[in-house]
Amino acid sequence: MQLSRSARIALRVAAGVGFAFIYVPLALVLVNSFNPDRSASWPPSGLTLRWWSVAWENEGARAALWVSVKAGLGATAIALVLGTLVAFAVARHRFFGRDAISFVVVLPIALPGIVTGIALNSAFSTVLEPLGVGLGLFTVIVGHATFCIVVVFNNVVARLRRTSGSYEEAAMDLGADTFRAFADVTFPLVRSALLAGGLLAFALSFDEIVVTTFTAGPGIETLPIWIFNNMTRPQQAPVVNVVAAVLVLLSVLPIYAAQRLSADTASGSRV
Amino acid sequence: MTSTAQAAGRSPVRRLAGTLHRRPRLRLSLLLTAPLLWLAVLYLGSLAVLFVSAFWTTNSFTSEVVKVWSTDNFHALFTTPVFRQVILRSIGVALAVTALSAVIAFPVAFYTARIAKPKWRPLLVVAILTPLWASYLVKVYAWRLILSQGGFADWMLKPFGLSGPGFGLFATIIALTYLWLPYMILPIHTALEQLPANLLDASADLGARAGRTFRSVVVPMVLPSVAAGSVFTFSLSLGDYITVQIVGGKTQLIGNLVYSNIELNLPMAAALGTVPVVVIVLYLLAMRRTGALSSL
Repeated sequence: MQLSRSARIALRVAAGVGFAFIYVPLALVLVNSFNPDRSASWPPSGLTLRWWSVAWENEGARAALWVSVKAGLGATAIALVLGTLVAFAVARHRFFGRDAISFVVVLPIALPGIVTGIALNSAFSTVLEPLGVGLGLFTVIVGHATFCIVVVFNNVVARLRRTSGSYEEAAMDLGADTFRAFADVTFPLVRSALLAGGLLAFALSFDEIVVTTFTAGPGIETLPIWIFNNMTRPQQAPVVNVVAAVLVLLSVLPIYAAQRLSADTASGSRV
Repeated sequence: MTSTAQAAGRSPVRRLAGTLHRRPRLRLSLLLTAPLLWLAVLYLGSLAVLFVSAFWTTNSFTSEVVKVWSTDNFHALFTTPVFRQVILRSIGVALAVTALSAVIAFPVAFYTARIAKPKWRPLLVVAILTPLWASYLVKVYAWRLILSQGGFADWMLKPFGLSGPGFGLFATIIALTYLWLPYMILPIHTALEQLPANLLDASADLGARAGRTFRSVVVPMVLPSVAAGSVFTFSLSLGDYITVQIVGGKTQLIGNLVYSNIELNLPMAAALGTVPVVVIVLYLLAMRRTGALSSL
């Protein structure tokens, strides 16, 4: 399409405004972590590294980070196993209700978090509490794994659909049994899809707040919950600023990792 | 499938492998048992119980759930003015977020897909994706910083004699748009990138100027992708109750109503929770007619 010079300039300007809309808020979070004041008034009266060392010493934030990492690793491990199992069933078999299964896998992430959250909460309290198991880290992991299955499933099923079963058949023709064919042929084929799916699952769990609110027992505080609880306390504002800045910086890591993974899984789509 | 039938009489592992190979139904049930127990029994079971409980009531003195079947909660959804108002407001917010996202996303996607130099395009796509990995709460917090009194928005608008919008409904719409914008940009970018250049040339050859080509060729081809992006912007906004707590001031959305009813009246909370679910399903069905879902 032959755009006029002025139309091209207008589009460039509009795109520039769009990118500014995306990046200025994140940049402000970074700058604000050096703000010496407790208020968010702009511009900051100076720049200081003081709050970074205060935040580093903050027990609450550290403990919450550790809880988040444990919950993320647990949920990712479960999601990797269950998501891969469903992906193999759907991609390599034909059976009644196959489409329904793909639908059920997506449901936990498609429904509002609060619906999933209260459904799991009342299920846990009616089923687990009589058994003497209260809400805790375990229930957070179960809740997170439920909506993390879909990202592993999507990555693995997409890979399996692109690689036909004939490689495995060739391996079996050459004398490999089912397990050997899986270990030597199928697994290497899906490995990068598993990595991408696992990375997405961890990121999804690490960032989750709503389902966590309803599945965490007393005293279990993930990093998002910690931020949410401390966000409105003026006393804690500088520490929250630093934690927010760290999370913005960390968000570059998965992008870097995704670029290193094969191009077809690097799209980074979360759903 | 080829057959390797000489497996008999070997090690147990080898025999098991042979059995699995010969019996695909057994293989399938081994694959599906654990995931189905998790998703169908645990998850769908919990959801089903929740929605059944929407038809129960509570004892208004003790807040205990009384398991007597009644449709009072759903009746209340449509007759209580506060509920009606909040439901309509929530749908309005979700639509406003979707419209605003589309307006901001289109020029960005047009630039990244067709104006920027081809060697820069992959990098620009990464630049659109990166904010998706930044924490949800941090992104809302950024808007809390921007819109707070004496914050960045006030500072920017001061030379014009204006002040920022502060916390409220508008702030909620902006923050939600900010959160879900990449989900709108990406499908539009993909559609524009795949738009065949010869269609545009043909349109120009037939005498259309840029504006006419845009209206008659570009927009119809990109519309399904806008619809695909809107599925995310709409449904993610409709269920949200955290953002509105952080930047919404006193504004209430449907999620807040669900949240505030959980302790005292769980059946009412469950009934309120069905509203976003039903609206999202209706929205998905409407969007399916545009062919949007196949491009997700």
